[in-house]
Amino acid sequence: MSRLTLLSLQLLVAVVALAMWHVLTTVPVFGRILLPPFFFSNPVDVGSQVVKWFTTGVIWKHLFITLWESVLAFVIGSVGGVLVGFWFARKPLVAAVFDPYVKMINALPRVVLAPIFALWLGLGIWSKVALGVTLVFFIVFFNVYQGVKEVSNTVLDNGRMLGMNERQLTRHVYWPSALSWMFSSLHTAVGFAVVGAVVGEYLGSAAGLGYLIQQAEGVFDVAAVFAGMFVLSAFVILIDMVVTLVERRLLVWRPTAAEGRG
Amino acid sequence: MADTAQPAAVALNDATVAFRVAGDRVYTAVERASLNVAHGEFVAIVGPTGCGKSTLLNVAAGLLKPAAGSVKIFGQPLTGLNRDAGYLFQADALFPWKTAIDNVAIGLEIKGAPREHALQRAQGWLTSVGLGAFANRYPHMLSGGQRKRVGLAQVLIRDPKILLMDEPFGPLDAQTRQIMGNLLLELWNADRKAVLFVTHDLEEAIALADRVVIMSAGPSARIIGDWQVTLPRPRDISEVRMEKQFHELHREIWSVLKDEVMKGYVQSTQAAEVG
Repeated sequence: MSRLTLLSLQLLVAVVALAMWHVLTTVPVFGRILLPPFFFSNPVDVGSQVVKWFTTGVIWKHLFITLWESVLAFVIGSVGGVLVGFWFARKPLVAAVFDPYVKMINALPRVVLAPIFALWLGLGIWSKVALGVTLVFFIVFFNVYQGVKEVSNTVLDNGRMLGMNERQLTRHVYWPSALSWMFSSLHTAVGFAVVGAVVGEYLGSAAGLGYLIQQAEGVFDVAAVFAGMFVLSAFVILIDMVVTLVERRLLVWRPTAAEGRG
Repeated sequence: MADTAQPAAVALNDATVAFRVAGDRVYTAVERASLNVAHGEFVAIVGPTGCGKSTLLNVAAGLLKPAAGSVKIFGQPLTGLNRDAGYLFQADALFPWKTAIDNVAIGLEIKGAPREHALQRAQGWLTSVGLGAFANRYPHMLSGGQRKRVGLAQVLIRDPKILLMDEPFGPLDAQTRQIMGNLLLELWNADRKAVLFVTHDLEEAIALADRVVIMSAGPSARIIGDWQVTLPRPRDISEVRMEKQFHELHREIWSVLKDEVMKGYVQSTQAAEVG
């Protein structure tokens, strides 16, 4: 299928969905509107809300706050995950000792931590960053740990026979392998950073997309809730595109699934 | 060719290798193997599948410690890894995150050579193995044969005194094996390192080596035969196979090897039935 056909089909899905939404919320069927606008709003109202946000410029501040929180959560969580993952993988004793606690913390739904973080760090950005960090950290941690563990024995032996000492093995073998695993989880990690930021805002904040949605819900402004969701989705898709670009650059050495190993 | 005045490049003396399997059971892979590789000598080890050929090679490399017996490298007892040896593995051993040229240059870089110099030498070696134009490819963009060539350059750039090769051309197709064999002989001819070459292919062994050593079927594999190959050098792998001497030697060695291959085959099928 050509790119153009695919794109038009993708657009078609959006158009049909929007059209159905519009019809069901505005045109009476057998004298009854099937989706009451109070609960479901309609595409025109939602669209004009989005336009209003952007023309008045209200949205920029909120977008920027959410972006900044996500970036901080991602960076701090990744650095922590890489360092601890690496450390655990190279020191099996440490990993064995901490194993039950790592599992315990990871099993905990992170949302319950949000109020505690708000208590400790206030309603500013840092409580949201902290929430994002707890999500990102574990994704990166597990991937880096796996990456170091799964280095092929042949490649390791080859490094040793070429005369590498432990430090050089770390730099030329373990490290690249761990990073490649981390990069392959980049999409998930970035997604979780945004989730952490938005959920944190939703549960208590003074700015950000989560705050915007939460405020609209407070006054039953369904159009604004939907508008917030759309802006959020578009925001995540944009970030995801950036991640894809970064990934292509960083993982050039990896065969793509289609190529396989020749 | 062998220089008897010097101590052997590799000397295994009654080396026994055993592995602990499933608790207290001990599996003896190789039993009391003695083998000398003289300076500048090309020795091929041939044996049935699973007979412990690679195990013996790993002992010479220092990757495995023998349970009994001794390993001497140029007369010195081997402790730790064999620093005089370059090892060409059967499986892919290139660093997948490095380009071909970086894979070759790394051998010099870890010795502390300046990067510029290392890259220059690496380019030279890539050209020697016929991959001068592929310097910036990553391993996954190369064919199996090309990856072996990079592997060869990676090992040779360090100029090891001993070359250990574990069925290096095993995964390649027949034509590529012949081409790689000739390339190996050509490179080896330049400075005649001591070579220990493991293979299951008797023809390949005779065509390449000065001496062919036969191992019995495992477990507790032993060295059961040792033949000099006096075919003249330089050789061409595909032409040397036509010679009368080659056929006679092949028949002679095969009569010994055949029984071991059958034993190995029977053992492997029985093991499969039990397991």
